[in-house]
Amino acid sequence: MALKTKTSTRIGVTILGWGIALWLFFPIFWMILTSFKSEVQAISTPPKLFFMPTLSSYAEVFERASYWHFALNTVIVSVGATAIAIALAVPAAYSMAFIPSKRTRGTLLWMLSTRMLPPVGVLVPIYLLARNTHLLDTCTGLVIVDMLTNLPIIVWMLYTFFREVPAPILEAGRMDGATRWQEMTMVLLPLALPGIASTALLSLILCWNEAFWSLNLTSSHAAPLTAFIASFSSPEGLFFGKLSAASTLAVAPILIFGWISQKQLVRGLTFGAVK
Amino acid sequence: MTRLKSTRTAICTLALLLTGSTLSSAQATGTLTIATVNNGDMIVMRQLSSEFEKAHPDIHLNWVTLEENVLRQRVTTDIAMKTGQFDVVTIGNYEVPIWAKQGWLTEIKPDAAYDVNDILPTVRDSLTADGKLYALPFYAESVMTYYRKDLFQKAGLTMPDTPTYDQIRQFADKITDKSNQVYGICLRGKPGWGENMAYISSLANTFGAQWFDMSWKPTMTSDAWKATLNWYVSALKADGPPGATSNGFNENLALFASGHCGIWIDSTVAGGLLFDPKQSQVADKVGFAPAPKGPYGKGPTWLWSWSLAVPVSSHQSADAQTFITWATSKDYVKLVAAQKGWVAVPAGTRASTYAAPEYTKAAPFASFVLNAIKTADPNGPTAQPRPYTGAQFVGIPEFQAIGTQVGQTVAATLSDQMTVDQALTSAEASITRALRQSGRAR
Repeated sequence: MALKTKTSTRIGVTILGWGIALWLFFPIFWMILTSFKSEVQAISTPPKLFFMPTLSSYAEVFERASYWHFALNTVIVSVGATAIAIALAVPAAYSMAFIPSKRTRGTLLWMLSTRMLPPVGVLVPIYLLARNTHLLDTCTGLVIVDMLTNLPIIVWMLYTFFREVPAPILEAGRMDGATRWQEMTMVLLPLALPGIASTALLSLILCWNEAFWSLNLTSSHAAPLTAFIASFSSPEGLFFGKLSAASTLAVAPILIFGWISQKQLVRGLTFGAVK
Repeated sequence: MTRLKSTRTAICTLALLLTGSTLSSAQATGTLTIATVNNGDMIVMRQLSSEFEKAHPDIHLNWVTLEENVLRQRVTTDIAMKTGQFDVVTIGNYEVPIWAKQGWLTEIKPDAAYDVNDILPTVRDSLTADGKLYALPFYAESVMTYYRKDLFQKAGLTMPDTPTYDQIRQFADKITDKSNQVYGICLRGKPGWGENMAYISSLANTFGAQWFDMSWKPTMTSDAWKATLNWYVSALKADGPPGATSNGFNENLALFASGHCGIWIDSTVAGGLLFDPKQSQVADKVGFAPAPKGPYGKGPTWLWSWSLAVPVSSHQSADAQTFITWATSKDYVKLVAAQKGWVAVPAGTRASTYAAPEYTKAAPFASFVLNAIKTADPNGPTAQPRPYTGAQFVGIPEFQAIGTQVGQTVAATLSDQMTVDQALTSAEASITRALRQSGRAR
């Protein structure tokens, strides 16, 4: 009887899991489907599930805009911002986790509170700073802004992961004569690698999808894929097919990357949850 | 040690990458940056701009295509902060006079060969402030009525030469067939100063209503406004598609093009799109008529032009003017006709375009568009004297905020969250507050 209940619970949970997964994936599925429709098919009511697929939207998107230029900018900005943020966040999280002071908790909360401010609230000062330092429409400017935007969340995540590493292991390293740098790079980092990897991946995804700053601080030279997508929205004319094709092209790399590294991501996010 | 080396290598590579990206962003001399929107005519302009670059080898064009609202925000920021990121900007006749008065735009002085008098007077006047021209029109639009000839024929109806709103309502009632997803009338319902309020402002004018009296007091609770909104709400509720508050220009275009609308009153720019079999399933069934008349029957109707202007912050003003005179010239119209066909030429700006028999043959709606633009008269009188200009908008900087706020209130009446009276009272209160805050009214 108990076995029967267990099996039916498992089946129920599996169905629920699949249901939620399909529900979450449906908008992406529909976007991909629409990208293979003609503009007339894209607007047809009721919506068509079966149709003769066409690559015309993709052809037009490639003809009208330089996808690779936007994609390269996105890669530079995402990788650059993530790498610098991790490089700054690791020592910060290390000191907060292992050498806490009485202000550590307050500092952590203050860092997180900067994420609570709507970005538009600081648009004018940041725009003026970027203009005066000649960083408007440059990847460097966007790397700095994205890095600073994500830094609080990265420090928080790394701090949480580092707290899971038993302090006696680091002490043992110190007993063997390791310096602070060696303790951090040779003992702590290998132990917390899954956590660091998942944090980096999350930062990469956040930078990849960031639209507010990229639309406001770049125009052409440093414009990333979010600007590429926005350029296919039209105030007067049908554009759903082309917009879907542009969106599919923009999310495809990060979707594939996320799919490949999902094991690492799950491992990292559940790091320390089960001992 | 090896790990340390690889860390250093990674940092150096990143630094080089970033330095490279900074250097690559430096603009080449003679490069004009053009901010534009993703409309069909602009796409054609971009495709044909290689001809301009061939004729002007020292000028290179760099295109920035933005979403309409992002474009306004970016361009406003750029000009107000004198960043000089854009040399040519695409703006409407709402912005041109306001920005010109702020000193943000360069006066345009085309040469005699450009033939500025060929530009339709209503369009030219809407881009003029204090007697000076501040932008050149790329294409212009007014309002007209689109209807399905086959549905009218089936119902035994005939569209009059000058329909009234009462007649339109009767026609819509007769051709509505909700079981087959055919809706008698489609109108803009999506909230926004350039969406539902563009249509409603124009509707209000012909119903004898207006936004303000001569002392800048809003007149939303007047009988004329009540009649306007009652017509709009009852027509959409009885004969409109479901979820009308989500429908703007594009959504209604999609509905009409896929055969779900019997009548649609909207921008003349839709004519070319509905007439194109590649984009419209009803291309051979579309009929055209002028915009309907309300009880007042007169008043400004609708005039919008997407125009090219040169911000004062541009460092290459002369080259920018050379480009915009090329893109709005008679020669450009001929170039589009030769490369893309006459039906694709930018409409609504030049008298010479409408004088070309090839164009009137290719675009059967041409005479309606020309007449609608000629008679739009955005500076003309409303039923009562008014202190502002504009047909489907009020030509003051506060209107973007006011229009969108009132648009949301109007949308609430469609979704039964408010009655028409409540909406108008609430709109009047919010407008009064906004104008008091801006200092325009006391």
